[in-house]
Amino acid sequence: MGKQKRYRLRQGRGHAGEASPSATGQRPCLRDAQPGKRCRIKRLHGHGAIRQRLLDMGFVPETEVVMVRSAPLNDPLEIHIGNTFVSIRRTEAADIEVEAVEVDND
Amino acid sequence: MTDRDGRKRILVALAGQQNAGKSTLFNALTGVAQHIANYPGVTVDKKSSTYRDGDLTVEVVDLPGTYSLTSFSLEERVARQFLIDERPDVVVDVVDASNLKRGLQLTFQLIEMGAPVIVVLNMMDVAERRGLDIDIAPLEARLCVPVVATVGRRSRGIDELRAAIRRVGTGAGPGPATLNYGTLEDRVAGLQARLSELPPVTSVVSARWLATKLLEGDAEAERLLAARLGNAGELIDRAASDRAAFEAASDISVGDHISGCRAHLAGDIEATCVDDTKKGRVPMSERVDRFLLNRWLAPLFLVLTVWGIYQLSIVQGYELTKVTWPILAGFRNLAADWLPDAGFLHDPQVRALGLWMVDSANTLLNYVPIFLILFALIAILEDTGYMARIAFILDRILHRFGLHGQSTLPFILGGVFAGGCAVPGVMATKGIPDQRARLATILTVPFMNCLAKIPLYTLLINIYFVETKGLVLFYLSTITVIAALLVAKLLSVSVLRNMETAPFVMELPHYHLPTVSGVLRRSVDRTWLYIRKVGTVVVAVAAVVYVLLQFPGLTPEREAHFQARAEAAIATFYETMEGNPLADRVADQEALIGLVNAYTAYKAAKLNAQGADASRAVDADYAESHPEFEPFLVRSRDRDARSAARALKTLATTRKTLRREMKEERIVTSFLGQVGRSLEPVTRFADFDWKINVALLSSFAARESSVATLGVLFEQGEGENRTLEERMGAEQKAAGYTALTAAAVMLFFALYPPCLATTIMVRVQTDSYRWMLFSIVFPTILGLGVASAVFSLGSALRLTGIEMMSAVYFTALALLLLVGFFKRPFGRRLPVPDYREQAKGAAT
Ligand SMILES: Nc1nc2c(ncn2[C@@H]2O[C@H](COP(=O)(O)OP(=O)(O)OP(=O)(O)O)[C@@H](O)[C@H]2O)c(=O)[nH]1
Ligand SMILES: [Mg+2]
Repeated sequence: MGKQKRYRLRQGRGHAGEASPSATGQRPCLRDAQPGKRCRIKRLHGHGAIRQRLLDMGFVPETEVVMVRSAPLNDPLEIHIGNTFVSIRRTEAADIEVEAVEVDND
Repeated sequence: MTDRDGRKRILVALAGQQNAGKSTLFNALTGVAQHIANYPGVTVDKKSSTYRDGDLTVEVVDLPGTYSLTSFSLEERVARQFLIDERPDVVVDVVDASNLKRGLQLTFQLIEMGAPVIVVLNMMDVAERRGLDIDIAPLEARLCVPVVATVGRRSRGIDELRAAIRRVGTGAGPGPATLNYGTLEDRVAGLQARLSELPPVTSVVSARWLATKLLEGDAEAERLLAARLGNAGELIDRAASDRAAFEAASDISVGDHISGCRAHLAGDIEATCVDDTKKGRVPMSERVDRFLLNRWLAPLFLVLTVWGIYQLSIVQGYELTKVTWPILAGFRNLAADWLPDAGFLHDPQVRALGLWMVDSANTLLNYVPIFLILFALIAILEDTGYMARIAFILDRILHRFGLHGQSTLPFILGGVFAGGCAVPGVMATKGIPDQRARLATILTVPFMNCLAKIPLYTLLINIYFVETKGLVLFYLSTITVIAALLVAKLLSVSVLRNMETAPFVMELPHYHLPTVSGVLRRSVDRTWLYIRKVGTVVVAVAAVVYVLLQFPGLTPEREAHFQARAEAAIATFYETMEGNPLADRVADQEALIGLVNAYTAYKAAKLNAQGADASRAVDADYAESHPEFEPFLVRSRDRDARSAARALKTLATTRKTLRREMKEERIVTSFLGQVGRSLEPVTRFADFDWKINVALLSSFAARESSVATLGVLFEQGEGENRTLEERMGAEQKAAGYTALTAAAVMLFFALYPPCLATTIMVRVQTDSYRWMLFSIVFPTILGLGVASAVFSLGSALRLTGIEMMSAVYFTALALLLLVGFFKRPFGRRLPVPDYREQAKGAAT
């Protein structure tokens, strides 16, 4: 498999730091992940329609996602999840608690 | 169920997630054209059609795409209600094979609801291309339902699907597998057992499904239970206490746990049935997006796209209308020939009304080439998947003003810069999942530059802003966007404040190549919709406006006055013709009227003829059809003929003048004229006189009428050669109107309420007369306010029209920037990614 190009979406600039704490809580959230960063979803905050929609799109705990990029104006974000690319706003991404995943020994 | 003719009839529902290809399969199964696009949420209303399969009549219903079956969004409620109320014999669950894991989660819910399910793995070609090897047999075994692989776009697998529908629809298959909910399973099973003892409940829904919904605390499910059961309260309480106990014990909500179980099983099934041979490779779409969605290149591509649309549809489209217009004009001349002949002063009512209708229809049909191109280009954008990217790029800006990334498509259809039509624009708001943003979009789409506004702009610009044409056009085409954004913001913080909103969670579909037939079909469909919706309304209203402009008519004294002048003119003609050998040919009045009519028809035909050859052909034509009048009409060297032609011209001119004066008097005293004049006290501040009022009133019927009505108001008579610009310019300048008035009129027109056809569409889309009324009243007040301010301020400060336009434009722009940045303090550096700053902040 060595020849295959590893799917690593532009691994940030410089060292792609750990997902940093969100503004609201002390826990790291998807909103603050750097482009190219791979994360595992820990839990969803928020409730009602927003949460359901996120669950439906596959933002389920223990799923791995890649933060692909933010839109030219910085919001919304593009997230690679499963086989699809999903766009969510930063406010929604702030409700997704994540932990960083090391990509290289994947 | 059996048909009238003894056939067995089964009901099949097509369910599935958005963009999975339900409508494509619907079309393949039934052969009916349903809208398809590579853009999530295209089908919102359900649509049904039938096909025959041997002795079976199969009714297929295309449901809106739903990611799951909760009661949070309208589509999900529609789909769920259908499954509960109609109890289809077969539910065909369309799953995007390239995204099995997500699709299966809906499959589990459908199975749980108890309907016989067939799983269709659509987009097998995409899955293949992506290197996904899908094994059908284990999938069938694990789900215990039939699985059919299809490629909807190429109608592959349709026969197998029909066979499966037949099999499942006519006989009961094995019971499908149920999903085990792990630590919640006991509580689900317990509640399920209680529910399954209640026939009034089990006759409509599956007990297991209802049990899970009650445990989740789904309001609609509770309502359903309460409607069926007298003592539902006890069960609901039990579900609530179960929920509380579970959540206390496991520190996770029931909803999350259930979703987690589904996701887990789906992931497990995917792992056993799908072999990803290209795992780790970057998908094609992502490679493209690295360019198209690059921070710096994205705006460039976007501008290029919009510019391309503008160039191809509006610029080239107008070129095309130059080719098609003579056809329409020829049609008008044909109608003029065919309708009863005109009198000297009075035309038969049939003729006048007939020509009026043809004119109204022609102005409308003139846009058809533009719309065909425009809608085809938009269909290409939708089909390739770029439209979703546009929504992605623009969501930030649109969201700031209370709109939604997906408001882009309606705005483009409505004619952002280029010119479009608000009717398809308002229709396209269906896909916006956020109710508040959707309403804001519906109410602001009509501000876009609908194609029919452009003739009035062009007319006024050509009269008043000849030197600054480009600038004024630029102002007008961009101020509409500014106005729309500002109004959207205003509405969403006021009247729409309490509306339901939804998150922006949108899939960016993989890029597809559009199909020619798909693009053509959608372009023709949308154009046809425009013709039908706008056409019927325009023609109907044109008739009403005609009546309002014609009646009550002239007083008998005035009639007699004009009659006398006409007779004097005829007498003068005969005097001039004295001694001319050609005089015999028009010996009586009837022949004379024939001659004058032939003259006007001849002039109109000459005008429509393009090139010297066509012009000579017209001459030859008239020489043949009216041999007796030929010397009067066709230019010749003969002395008698020339003096006769001169006399005829004088007579025809007098007739025109008389007719114009009569028409004007008739309009002044007409019903609409009276309304227009009674509005003058209000519109005085914007310097609108009654003629402009009448034009604006009639343009509510359909915008294209404004220029047509102005045309009539400033008309000189049948077969007039001078352009409306010249006529209006001369008359208006004489009346003391300035460019300032024109600026006020144009700005009013830019903010003008939607035309009648659009308001009808607003009614359909909002399902409320109150919003429809609002969509009329609000812009009227706004427009009148702006126009009055422009004129009053402008004349107080002695500004010229162009100065005032600039002032308004920059004020609006400043306001836009202010509102756009209002939420966050000034000085916020927009393009700088804030996650880096926060990352730094976190380190300290
Ligand atoms: N390559 C490929 N494309 C397909 C296939 N089936 C459908 N499509 C394309 O997928 C896109 C979505 O198809 P639709 O039929 O509109 O999807 P839908 O499920 O009705 O979508 P909504 O009504 O929005 O829920 C269109 O661009 C289709 O041309 C397929 O089997 N293969
Ligand atoms: Mg559809």
